[in-house]
Amino acid sequence: MSNLIVLPMAVPVLAGIILVFFRNQVQIQRWISLIVMLANAGLAIYLLNLIQAEGVMRLDFGGWEPPFGILFVADSFSVILVLTTSVVAAVCLLYAFSSIGKRYENMFFYSFVNFLVAGVNGSFLTGDLFNLYVCFEIMLLASYVLIALGGKKAQLRESIKYVLVNVISSWFFLIAIAYLYGSIGTLNMAHISERIAETGQAPLLTVISIVFLTVFGLKAGLLLYFWLPGSYSVAPTAVAALFGGLLTKVGIYAMIRVFTLFFYHEPSISHSLIGVMAALTLIGGSIGAVAYKDIRLIVSYNVVIAVGFILVGLAVATPAALEGSIYYLMHDMIVKTLLFLLAGTMIAVTGKTKINEMSGLIRNYPLLGWMFFIVMLSLAGIPPFSGFIGKVLVGQGTVEAGSYVLLTLAFISSIFVLYSLLRIFLGCFWGETIISIEDKVPMKRGWLFPSILLTFATIGLGLGAEFLAPYVSDAANTLLDPEVYIDAVLYE
Amino acid sequence: METLITILTGILVTVATYLILTRSVLKVILGTAILSHAAHLMIMTMGKGLKSGSVPVLVDGQETTFVDPLPQALILTSIVISFAVTAILLVLAYRTYRETGTDNLYELRGNKHE
Repeated sequence: MSNLIVLPMAVPVLAGIILVFFRNQVQIQRWISLIVMLANAGLAIYLLNLIQAEGVMRLDFGGWEPPFGILFVADSFSVILVLTTSVVAAVCLLYAFSSIGKRYENMFFYSFVNFLVAGVNGSFLTGDLFNLYVCFEIMLLASYVLIALGGKKAQLRESIKYVLVNVISSWFFLIAIAYLYGSIGTLNMAHISERIAETGQAPLLTVISIVFLTVFGLKAGLLLYFWLPGSYSVAPTAVAALFGGLLTKVGIYAMIRVFTLFFYHEPSISHSLIGVMAALTLIGGSIGAVAYKDIRLIVSYNVVIAVGFILVGLAVATPAALEGSIYYLMHDMIVKTLLFLLAGTMIAVTGKTKINEMSGLIRNYPLLGWMFFIVMLSLAGIPPFSGFIGKVLVGQGTVEAGSYVLLTLAFISSIFVLYSLLRIFLGCFWGETIISIEDKVPMKRGWLFPSILLTFATIGLGLGAEFLAPYVSDAANTLLDPEVYIDAVLYE
Repeated sequence: METLITILTGILVTVATYLILTRSVLKVILGTAILSHAAHLMIMTMGKGLKSGSVPVLVDGQETTFVDPLPQALILTSIVISFAVTAILLVLAYRTYRETGTDNLYELRGNKHE
């Protein structure tokens, strides 16, 4: 029992409410939001170490013992993701300070970023299935506002579709919860897991698991990613980076949690289906990434490829593969945010969005070019950077499980990632410069600084993988052995 | 009673699906509202024993057979959420209509020619 677990959700909610009253004091809004994110990051590090010492922690709200009340459960997996979320959100805020503009800042932009982060952290930490739904909705409502904020034609047009897709998928989520409650009679996640293990996973439960798979597939962009490139490419850079880093990852988290804690008894059905969906996602995402000339669309399709790659790890579900998925999830949250920020900066300095409209940017903005180069290597999985360890472990897992098709597709998709980004690099950074010295838009320090921070984060995550190993392997062990989670929630 | 409500849920889902597949944004939004009502009714039937139990309070300290109160709590939460989502969707649709001059989803596809 520790009241600290609720803070990653409670503090951003409170901050978001307080910021509403400081509508015109932009400086106060900026500093409060940034301090909240940094405090969350610090808290997450402290909790992560506490979990290593004391095991999985929980907090029963209102003193209602599980399985009767709503509760928060913090295991290594959740807290690692809370930590990464806080870092990503802090960097996006730093970028927003110099790019988003006063119009947004006066219209409660920072409040909604706080609400979004609260929803994301709540989803990671909750131990109750219905509460997961509620936290998802908090996150989605904030994202509806953030995506439409600004009121450009394209934004409004895409936001309508984005909201409708998410309303329908939330409806499926509600229905899935109702079915599960009707057949199992509980909503506490540990209790559900225990009851399914007792009664065995009957065909009815497997069908329910497929409904859950559909829901999280829509939210995470697994196979059902048709809505993703359109809506991610219209938002302002700081928001797109936040979405690219966080939103689909919550869907992935929920999928990994549900299929390792509840529905792990029939892997030949549910996990094979995840494998097929992941394979198709990798193929579709790769085709999308090389098909377009618009940088924002290429970057959005790279999000799709990463979703497929992470869930290959879940589909084979060996210890190595799950560890790899967790590493890759952290890596992807950081590097995708960085990629969106760099792409947004390129568009901001040139005013163009297509590859063939820019060239020679490296002469004007060398640092931007080299950072893009590092991101490219990191996403392709070249050793000193953070993508490497995740790819190796997922690869090892697929070999152990003997699913060579997934192995092949996962690694071919890396080549497509490399190719799609190399096209941007060659097209936009090499060649004769299109910007004369007089017309050059001065690079703001506030644009480069957040990207530099994340570049160091990806190098640090690559070189410091050894340092993170105990946390990640603890997270994977908890996922693979539901007993640990159940004991911590129900029997302590 | 459960059978009746299940049939009613089915009818509501049918109506909602029809509305969601129309071109007008406003009808689609009404469709999502009806869809959420269908979900609420379904959660209620999941509580089991809709007519057999009494209210879930102790009578003279005695336990009686009572209806499962949890689904009703879920429905209450869910109603609030769907209310919020419908509200934001309506505002968004109105604003989109003002900006783009159309409420036809086919024209909101956003192809190259804008």
